Amino acid sequence: MINRHFVLLNDVDNVFVCCKQLLTGESTGLEGSDAVMTADITVGHKIARRKVAKGEKIIKYGVSIGSATKDIVFGEHIHMHNMKSDYIASHTRQKRSGE
Amino acid sequence: MKGYLRADGRKGIRNVVLVTYLVECAHHVARSIVNKSISDDVQLIGFPGCYPNEYSLKIMEGLCTHPNVAGVLIVSLGCEGFNREQLSNVIEASGRSVDTLVIQKSGGTKKTIEAGIASVEKLVSAAEQFELVPMDMSELVVGTICGGSDGTSGIGANPAVGHCFDKLVALDAICIFEETGELIGCEQIMAERAITPELGEEIMKSVEKAEQYYTRMGYGSFAPGNAEGGLTTQEEKSMGAYAKSGSSKIHGLIKPGDIPSQGGLYLMDVVPDGDPMFGFPNIVDNAEIVEMIASGSHLILFTTGRGSVVGSAISPVIKVCANPETYENLSDDMDVNAGKVINGEATVQQVGDEIYELVAKVAQGQLSKSEELGHQEFVLTYKKFEGIGPSCLPTAR
Repeated sequence: MINRHFVLLNDVDNVFVCCKQLLTGESTGLEGSDAVMTADITVGHKIARRKVAKGEKIIKYGVSIGSATKDIVFGEHIHMHNMKSDYIASHTRQKRSGE
Repeated sequence: MKGYLRADGRKGIRNVVLVTYLVECAHHVARSIVNKSISDDVQLIGFPGCYPNEYSLKIMEGLCTHPNVAGVLIVSLGCEGFNREQLSNVIEASGRSVDTLVIQKSGGTKKTIEAGIASVEKLVSAAEQFELVPMDMSELVVGTICGGSDGTSGIGANPAVGHCFDKLVALDAICIFEETGELIGCEQIMAERAITPELGEEIMKSVEKAEQYYTRMGYGSFAPGNAEGGLTTQEEKSMGAYAKSGSSKIHGLIKPGDIPSQGGLYLMDVVPDGDPMFGFPNIVDNAEIVEMIASGSHLILFTTGRGSVVGSAISPVIKVCANPETYENLSDDMDVNAGKVINGEATVQQVGDEIYELVAKVAQGQLSKSEELGHQEFVLTYKKFEGIGPSCLPTAR
């Protein structure tokens, strides 16, 4: 556990995973600076541990879990709006994404 | 601990009498027979379709001769394609009592229900004749599945089940993990854990097949709730799911209904072979649970983040909840709170040990939460498989 809101699962990961929710505008100390939440971050969701360039791999558990589809800044929510599978598209109740 | 000794030498941790319908047209009659019984050990399973299918026959045979099963009442309409004679012969040859009622020959709904109630009474009496003999943890077959996964599943519940699996495999028990479609992205690291290079190649091929199959279906094994819970991609979900397998060597690759003959960790390839024919590989979690039970699983470890509530016919389901908020919300349904890991209140090993202890207790007869609540879900549909190759079977330990 990094702090009471986030865990780091592997040293090489570029994401933190939320273990206690933080709402938009709230901040928490990560990597020696203050990360301000750009969205409501609930348990299980990911935020960027550092800046991630479009096309770069998202690393969790020490392995790639997909690629960034946009440039991502430190502390930003990482989810279907800015990353995609390298294998098969995911879908939500409304639509498919990552296609 | 003790188990019910069956004629084939396998031992059961429950003593269930099954009522199985062989086509949807016989469902109501079969259900009415089960509803008239006051015992939770009289359980309903069935197959909906009218067309014959080798896979569903194989699974039904595996279920009806499962160590937890003592006897079976088959309920047929009469004109469906299911080979009821073969099913009955296989059950009889296994040393179990079996009755068949054919509605079209039994005078219809009312008379068949009456005959069924009498038959079940007889089967329950016969079930009591099975001897309880000493049974060891090493004789257990344990399957695992995740359902309603979220971003917490891979942190607490799944690695804790993996730890429990490592302990069971070390004792020479049989452990089964599955759903190659939910292992897309893990194929390389998984193949490296295979006990032989040939098995590693088979594992790689099974995951490639899953990827092609799901691509044809247009959807991965990824539900909207997974995304709401913070999972973004199939491979992210896969990495979390993969943790359930623990760290033992992988001893074999089986297909649904194949029963491992020696202890070890097995991957079940649940994705059909050949061109996609019957739709999604598994329409819902319970279809996978049924397949692991058909392969001999005495009990199932079910991890969840979003909060599944299901159980199963035949074998107890133990629910391990990864998400502390879900646990709080659905605690009546959850056996183990793995949310303690993400809250920093317990380690993965501690929760894994707790799961192991619970496996021992449930194997000794303690009811799991889903059993207490009366959950006996069951799903069996059409599929097509080819047999496994020789390199899929364990050759050495």
